[in-house]
Amino acid sequence: MSEKLKKVEKEPMFSSKVLKLLKNPFNLENPITVQVLGICSALAVTVQMKPAIVMALSVTIVTAFSNLIISSLRNTIPSRIRIIVQLVVVAALVIIVDQILKAYVYDVSKKLSVFVGLIITNCILMGRLEAYAMGNKPWPSFVDGFGNGLGYGLILVIVAFFRESLGSGKILGAKIIPQFMYDIGYMDNGLMILPPMALITIGIIIWVQRSKTPELQEK
Amino acid sequence: MKFLRDFLDKQKPQFGKGGRFEKLHSTFDAFETFLFVPNKTTSSGAHIRDAIDLKRTMSFVILAMMPALLFGVWNVGYQHFLSLGQSPGFWPMVYYGLGKVLPIIAVSYIAGLGAEFVFAQIRGHEVNEGYLVSGMLIPLVMPVDIPLWMVAVACIFAVVIGKETFGGTGMNVFNPALLARAFVFFAYPAKITGDTIWIGGLSKPEGVVDAFSGATPLSNAAAGAMEKIPDFYDLFFGFIPGSIGETSKFAILLGAIVLVVTGIGSWRIIVSSLLGGVSMSLIFNLFAANEYMKIDPMTQIMMGSFLFGTVFMATDPVTASQTTRGKWIYGFLIGFFAIMIRVFNPAYPEGTMLAILLMNAFAPLIDFYVVEANIKKRLKRALTGVKPLKQN
Repeated sequence: MSEKLKKVEKEPMFSSKVLKLLKNPFNLENPITVQVLGICSALAVTVQMKPAIVMALSVTIVTAFSNLIISSLRNTIPSRIRIIVQLVVVAALVIIVDQILKAYVYDVSKKLSVFVGLIITNCILMGRLEAYAMGNKPWPSFVDGFGNGLGYGLILVIVAFFRESLGSGKILGAKIIPQFMYDIGYMDNGLMILPPMALITIGIIIWVQRSKTPELQEK
Repeated sequence: MKFLRDFLDKQKPQFGKGGRFEKLHSTFDAFETFLFVPNKTTSSGAHIRDAIDLKRTMSFVILAMMPALLFGVWNVGYQHFLSLGQSPGFWPMVYYGLGKVLPIIAVSYIAGLGAEFVFAQIRGHEVNEGYLVSGMLIPLVMPVDIPLWMVAVACIFAVVIGKETFGGTGMNVFNPALLARAFVFFAYPAKITGDTIWIGGLSKPEGVVDAFSGATPLSNAAAGAMEKIPDFYDLFFGFIPGSIGETSKFAILLGAIVLVVTGIGSWRIIVSSLLGGVSMSLIFNLFAANEYMKIDPMTQIMMGSFLFGTVFMATDPVTASQTTRGKWIYGFLIGFFAIMIRVFNPAYPEGTMLAILLMNAFAPLIDFYVVEANIKKRLKRALTGVKPLKQN
């Protein structure tokens, strides 16, 4: 028994198993396109790239560290009150992130408004805590949270890229469509700024992803 | 016709298995079946065949749209020269109208069919004929001065997102032509709302008669300028600015007759939409809280694309309710909501489009409850028949 435990402890920090935790959320287990979690914030904060990137980073940090903390506590949490404990940890982390955003990137924090606070209720967080952190060691849990946060962020940034470039002709606030295009009659697509188009964009991403990865196709 | 058949037969092997143009076989197939009724026999499933297949059905709808289209072409020219204060006679107006309308139709077909052909090729199925109608409907619901690239983008959006993602013709939830219009409406509002876009050339005002307004009856009504609404005669025959095909109610009614007589469009939907529109206007008349609410039902129905929508869009057999009772409910609510949106929200003067799209989404639900109700009724009848037997 004790030998077995030792063997596990000797596992290298970036073993193939851990790397998989980092890699899978980008494609096969993407939180948004495959698990269909965290859709609401993906629709709300993707009008422009900058808030989307900040949101992606915030969620990544919160998922990674909440996974780490809950995983370290997992053997001491009574299972009947585990949701409350998880929420307390997540809420504390979200408040820290929120305060940092307010202190250093106030304009973005204003744009994200309520959605930073709503990270607490983001389904990805609770999903990862329940599904992974409660049953695994701190380091893999941390990597799992980090990977899922990045997988979520990736979709957010892709959606925001299309919405900002087609909807307002900018990327990260810089004009990418030259003036002469507007002079000959090009117009920004107003629908891209409205939430329905975010949903359609995510739908198209799912479509492309499924047609590229045979594992995801339902027979 | 014989030589056409011979020509097709000669080309056929090239598109077959192993032929030079094997990859384009669905394209060939589309043209062949468009020109000739296919002579293939059904190998499995139902063997009942009607003489009028999907392609022939679509041709009849196109035929039904012709009066509205032809009048629209003339009206585009008429309105243009009216805004310049000229009256050059019949043919110059038609030529001007053709110059404006034909490019829109061409772009609509090229963009939409292009998307369809690409999909058919990738998916390996036949090219669906549904776009024949959508491609003609889209130009009819656009303003004349719409930039052509917007038409193209809207058509591709309607075909790809509105139809192909749901599985192609016959599977779509929303009417593709209306989806194209809704796309332009929300994406490029500056080009499809306002007062200057309905008449060719008015957005670049050179030589326009003083104080000439290109406002449609609807936008006049929304602005509260009730005295500017044209009289019944103008509204009915369509000497007013508006989308290309919607202005003449007379031409639309001719189309409606074709649709109803051939049995393609459901008269129940048309009649119930009118009933819905009339009853909503009457309810508004009852309250009469503002000038818009006081407009009589007849004018409400004659204004805007209410009639065009109910005749050509609401009756689309794919997106409408399928059950008889469902059709009455579906149509009634379209008319009801169309007038309601129009009056309550001046930002969306054209309520008909939104009302039909909304009811498209609800049509399957209406059908579901109609069928459920029928099952319940029959069960009840069956069970009451059983009960006395049990007592014996």
